[in-house]
Amino acid sequence: MYVAVKGGERAIDNAHAWLAEERRGDRSVPELSVAQIREQMALAVNRVMAEGSLYDPDLAALAIKQARGDLLEAIFLIRAYRTTLPRFGGSHPVDTETMACDRRVSATFKDAPGGQVLGPTFDYTHRLLDFKLAADGEVPQAPVSEASQSDTPHIMSYLDRENLIQPETRADDIPPDLTRTPLNLPASRALRLQALTRGDEGFILGMAYSTQRGYARNHAFVAELRIGTVAVEMDIPELGFAIEIGEITLTECETVNQFKGSKTEPPQFTRGYGLVFGMTERKAISMALVDRALRWEELGEDNMGAPAQDEEFVLYHCDNIQATGFLEHIKLPHYVDFQSELELVRKLRREAQAPLQEAAE
Amino acid sequence: MSDYNFAYLDEQTKRMIRRAILKGLAIPGYQVPFASREMPMPYGWGTGGVQVSAAVLTPDDTFKVIDQGADDTTNAVSIRRFFEKTAQVKTTETTRDASVIQTRHRIPEGDLGEDQILVYQVPIPEPLRFLEPSEVETRKMHSLEEYGLMHVKLYEDISQHGAIATAYAYPVKVEGRYVMDPSPIPKFDNPKLEMAAIQLFGAGREQRIYAIPPYTQVVSLDFDDFPFEPTKADHACDLCGATDSYLDELIVDDAGGRMFMCSDTDYCSTRRKAGHVGAQGVPYSEDAA
Repeated sequence: MYVAVKGGERAIDNAHAWLAEERRGDRSVPELSVAQIREQMALAVNRVMAEGSLYDPDLAALAIKQARGDLLEAIFLIRAYRTTLPRFGGSHPVDTETMACDRRVSATFKDAPGGQVLGPTFDYTHRLLDFKLAADGEVPQAPVSEASQSDTPHIMSYLDRENLIQPETRADDIPPDLTRTPLNLPASRALRLQALTRGDEGFILGMAYSTQRGYARNHAFVAELRIGTVAVEMDIPELGFAIEIGEITLTECETVNQFKGSKTEPPQFTRGYGLVFGMTERKAISMALVDRALRWEELGEDNMGAPAQDEEFVLYHCDNIQATGFLEHIKLPHYVDFQSELELVRKLRREAQAPLQEAAE
Repeated sequence: MSDYNFAYLDEQTKRMIRRAILKGLAIPGYQVPFASREMPMPYGWGTGGVQVSAAVLTPDDTFKVIDQGADDTTNAVSIRRFFEKTAQVKTTETTRDASVIQTRHRIPEGDLGEDQILVYQVPIPEPLRFLEPSEVETRKMHSLEEYGLMHVKLYEDISQHGAIATAYAYPVKVEGRYVMDPSPIPKFDNPKLEMAAIQLFGAGREQRIYAIPPYTQVVSLDFDDFPFEPTKADHACDLCGATDSYLDELIVDDAGGRMFMCSDTDYCSTRRKAGHVGAQGVPYSEDAA
């Protein structure tokens, strides 16, 4: 006698209760607060905001707490929440020239107006585990100096003046919205950049790295990398003018790449561009490299058949929420399909073995 | 759950999805791109089907969800609960009582009626995808009705295996025009694709919706000398004795002993309630379930 397996409902409830307990961990250890995550896990919060496409440090911190530190799960929580939010308008484009920079470095000029500002960076730290932190996280006050009040000009603008860098044509049309219209190929550069900025950091990094190692090689110089806060302005219909509605932290990277020139264009430098929410410089640099690689057609370069040049390949696979969902769905029951394969393989084997049997008899 | 709109999605989004559905019904088998939203369940777990269901559900509907033919598989439970919570619709496990049925990998055994909608969850909507990885190319092939590649694939199967080696997600041609992926249903279910109910297919991650209107011609691809053949395990259901239903195979002991039972749990329990008993079954009683 066999009684069919039932109990999906109870299993789910129990699994979730267990999950909640595991999330909390050992109850003799104090619980993490959302504010602690927001302040002390800021780079994780930044990544969740960038790939979740929602600028809200508190929600991102909450998502990280709920996801037990699994950042992709946290990004997923933020994305799912984001879809339910009403849209009451679009901001003006942010002006990164007016950014209050915490960090601003150029690898192409030793010095430039605005100076080189290292800012709070891991660069040049020796990656030695600091065992003091295990006991006591108190740090002395860092030295302070007066902040610069003037705008920091983009390094690229100096190359622009000599026509050494390929000019970007200004576009005032409203860019397409990846989250409101289905992805249609070929994609405009604005759409590609949207996909890249919310794409998986690891994927974009891997693609960028592949261009450095020779798959559509195009050596990039970091003309400028800047991190800081910019004002977000929005037109308020009732007022009839734009007001500042808040400030966000952004990381911007502009690369200068070689360009040998083509039949129609004299040799000139070209650019790649990266702009990402929060302090996310690995992502911003990677994005700039991939952006540049994807521009091969527009710049009259050869298609080397490299993955990073393939717009469809990059755009269809850079979204980690799509990727992890589809990957993990193979955990779901597939026994109907597997059953049909079983029957097929049994049948094919029977038919393949029949002539052998006959021969033996 | 007052924080969310009826059936989770906002009205603008539902309207966008309904337009895609109507376009899909107007061009049977054609994959309509739609701006798929991020849902609170993962891509690949039925987000396309969930969005289509959310767009067609009304407060008066009765909703049923099956996965692998069963109402009590974990993901079916999860999706049913989602709509219980966000739409407060009545739910049922009885196929004929449902006005909207969301399914993954199966078509219910019993005939569906004109007052029913069957919503499929679709992982890869493109039947040509594994022959041509580029979406740009496959869309071109559909618009030119360039399906030679698919026939070559089926032919190669025959020359290699002596049979068409596709057991599920078996491609069909809809109303003599579009080659369509029926979602990963076993090919046993393919003949049922011609039915009285509306069939809607949602692929969330791939941002596509397509449809088969009622009584539309759906032909499984084949050759004159190798006709299409729906297959199932050559057994009867061990619980209800049905010989006409698709069967799941279970391993029941350490020696690898097998038993077979209907994948459609409602079909099986309805038969058992009516007094049918299979080889290893016992007469139906409420608490045994």
